[in-house]
Amino acid sequence: MTRWIQQVGWRHLVGVLVLAFAMVPIVFVFSAALNPLGTLSSSELVPTGASLANFTNLFGNTAFGRWFLNSVVIASVSSIASVFISALAAYAFSRRRFRGRRVGLLSVLLIQMFPQFLAIVAIFLIFSTVTDLWPAIGFNTSWGLILLYLGGALGVNTWLMKGFFDTLPRELDESATVDGASHAQVFFRILLPLVAPILAVTALLAFIGTINEFLIANVFLTDAGSKTLPVGLYGLVAGERNANFGMFCAGTLLTAIPTVLVFQLLQRYITDGLTAGAVKG
Amino acid sequence: MTATMLGGPATRQARPAPPEPAKSVVGQVAKALLLGLTIAIAVWAAFPLIENEIWIGLAILVVTTAALLYLYLTPRHVPLKYLAPGTILLILFQVFPVLYTASTAFTNFGDGHRGSKQEAVVAIQTASVTQVPGSQQYALTVATTGDPATGPLVFLVTDPATRQVSAGNADGLKGLPAGEVTVGSTGRITAASGYTILNAGQASRRSAEITALAVPTKGGAIRSSGLSRAYEGKAGRAFDERCDCIRDTTTGQTWTANEKVGAFVAADGDRLAQGWRVSVGLSNFTRVLTDSAIATPFLRTLVWNFAFALASTGGTFVLGLLLAMALHSPRVRGRTAYRVLLVLPYAMPSFAMLLVWRDMFNTDFGLINNLFGSDVDWFGGSASARLAVILVQLWLGYPYMFLVATGALQAIPRELSEASRIDGASAWGGFRRITLPLLMVALTPLLISSFAFNFNNFNAIYLTTEGAPFPADNPANGATDLLITYTYRIAFGGGGAQYGYAAAISIFIFLIVAVVSAISFRRTRHLEEVHA
Repeated sequence: MTRWIQQVGWRHLVGVLVLAFAMVPIVFVFSAALNPLGTLSSSELVPTGASLANFTNLFGNTAFGRWFLNSVVIASVSSIASVFISALAAYAFSRRRFRGRRVGLLSVLLIQMFPQFLAIVAIFLIFSTVTDLWPAIGFNTSWGLILLYLGGALGVNTWLMKGFFDTLPRELDESATVDGASHAQVFFRILLPLVAPILAVTALLAFIGTINEFLIANVFLTDAGSKTLPVGLYGLVAGERNANFGMFCAGTLLTAIPTVLVFQLLQRYITDGLTAGAVKG
Repeated sequence: MTATMLGGPATRQARPAPPEPAKSVVGQVAKALLLGLTIAIAVWAAFPLIENEIWIGLAILVVTTAALLYLYLTPRHVPLKYLAPGTILLILFQVFPVLYTASTAFTNFGDGHRGSKQEAVVAIQTASVTQVPGSQQYALTVATTGDPATGPLVFLVTDPATRQVSAGNADGLKGLPAGEVTVGSTGRITAASGYTILNAGQASRRSAEITALAVPTKGGAIRSSGLSRAYEGKAGRAFDERCDCIRDTTTGQTWTANEKVGAFVAADGDRLAQGWRVSVGLSNFTRVLTDSAIATPFLRTLVWNFAFALASTGGTFVLGLLLAMALHSPRVRGRTAYRVLLVLPYAMPSFAMLLVWRDMFNTDFGLINNLFGSDVDWFGGSASARLAVILVQLWLGYPYMFLVATGALQAIPRELSEASRIDGASAWGGFRRITLPLLMVALTPLLISSFAFNFNNFNAIYLTTEGAPFPADNPANGATDLLITYTYRIAFGGGGAQYGYAAAISIFIFLIVAVVSAISFRRTRHLEEVHA
């Protein structure tokens, strides 16, 4: 028995303790979402009732459906596009030798370390002009925000991918080249399928990052119909903190759904991709 | 045809000349479509530029498009083909805004110092307008060019004597052709093409804005008096070019232009609120380091900022690793269930969970005080507030470290730790000497980027404590403030925007994070790859 405690028991103890820590806030959100009164002061850890009033209010009284759709579209399009753009650059950095390669790699990393949202005044001024000239990609449009997010496509993710590309043997593309494949064929047909795990991981990270982005979206989207989930939900509790708490928690649970789905979709790659690039790199 | 083998001058070994690459039909069609799309977008973007006669913008657009077409049609410059899309977006939406922001660090840009000297003079004259006996009176109609609730306001005024109608906003007054307006029997305009007239309810809801609006004219400005009448008042203060100063027409007091601070300053030191934007050299930077009222909170915040980033990164790493080690054994039953539940915090939207945590720490009806039956004012004391924000970060961040550490553990061959056990090492010794060093090789780059992220983790503070608690003597810098939230408050906070000063601090933040990361990266293999 003591041996069991030494070898297995402590593992369960750690697991259960952390599990309690992990689950308390989630159970609380769940209970508050079902709480028929829907206020913060009446919310407790154990559900005090079961009612879907918060959910129906959320869809009935706010533009939650629109926010949800906007968020999913913006996060999906910008994460897929940014992974693709990043993979292109990672290929060049990993497989090609050219002047400015080292400077390019380092500056990609450095530029990201400037707290970008402090540039929000400049971004605001730029997009004020853009809105005047091309309203289709100006303020309150998904396209404008997606473009803005894509400005950060080259960054830490490019490094992660480059590390993964580096682990693939060069002989692969060299032999393909000898066989007459063009560089585009080498990239799309041979390398891209092999780096699928890291593509999945960076896509997931980009998706989570975008769907949670609050600050820039808050400046960019002011129109009620164009808001994303963070902007809309923040508006719910910014003023009426106590009264709207149940609706807010219901919205939080629904917001988790796309992330969980993307996670499930990419799961078989995730554990490989998160570390493989670094381990072998 | 050298495109496939020569990436640049640094190609290391000579290879036999490859045969002409086979062109795939799909690839050629896709390429043609994408290039066509590029041209279509360029044409679409060109029209507004031509209409507004922005020739420099048009030139940049034409040159960029031509360069892109050349790049993707020539067989040369292969690396650039892959780098161009990301680089263009990076330059437009990151490099350019960042450089613009950095350049404001050398100016006094901010509230009261936004525009040119000319604009400041107009603002001062307009603000000093008062109604004097004999002021010209107008019939007023309030209109807008946009939405009645939010659109920019316009005054439509009728001169009762000449019946001349004009439209005015903060930029000035311009006459309207008589054919485009309908004037009612009282002389007020009832309709005007291109403008939406505000009805009484809409206008009274925006009465504060209407009262504040002054339309600059030659001798003063037109202001509203009520919602249907306006007067052209005389400016009490006027710019005098001979002395380069503002003169008060009644008292005779003067404020001389000071180009160094970008403001009009009187002999007794009194300064007019409306100034203009000038270069102030390095004074924003020296202010951070030398002014003790700023340097002391800055240093305190810097120390806490490091502590926060280290505690967040280290805490999540230790907890994640401990958990990964605990579950890294086939003898633990229900491992899959554990894993699914343990990564749930990662799937929850972090911005929302930060707000939920804030409410869980609420003194009066928060869950934490309820559960423990305590009555702690968590965000009231420095120590408890700091503990609280780190605890929240621990909750948000450990699942990522758990996932990463699990993957890294699985990649370490089991034989290694078994061999060390046979050699007589204890479980702890084996972990410390064998497993941990191997793990660190894999995880150090992730720890560095986690540190850099947490160093500037704006949401973690802004959505929970908002920097509280604040000392009584300094409402601008709280105990849990990170440099980034502190800077945000300086740049956009209630005390008046100081963009120039905020930009100077963000350059400091950038340098600190960059140096720390560069030193750490130098110690990992990843940087060696750059030299290869």
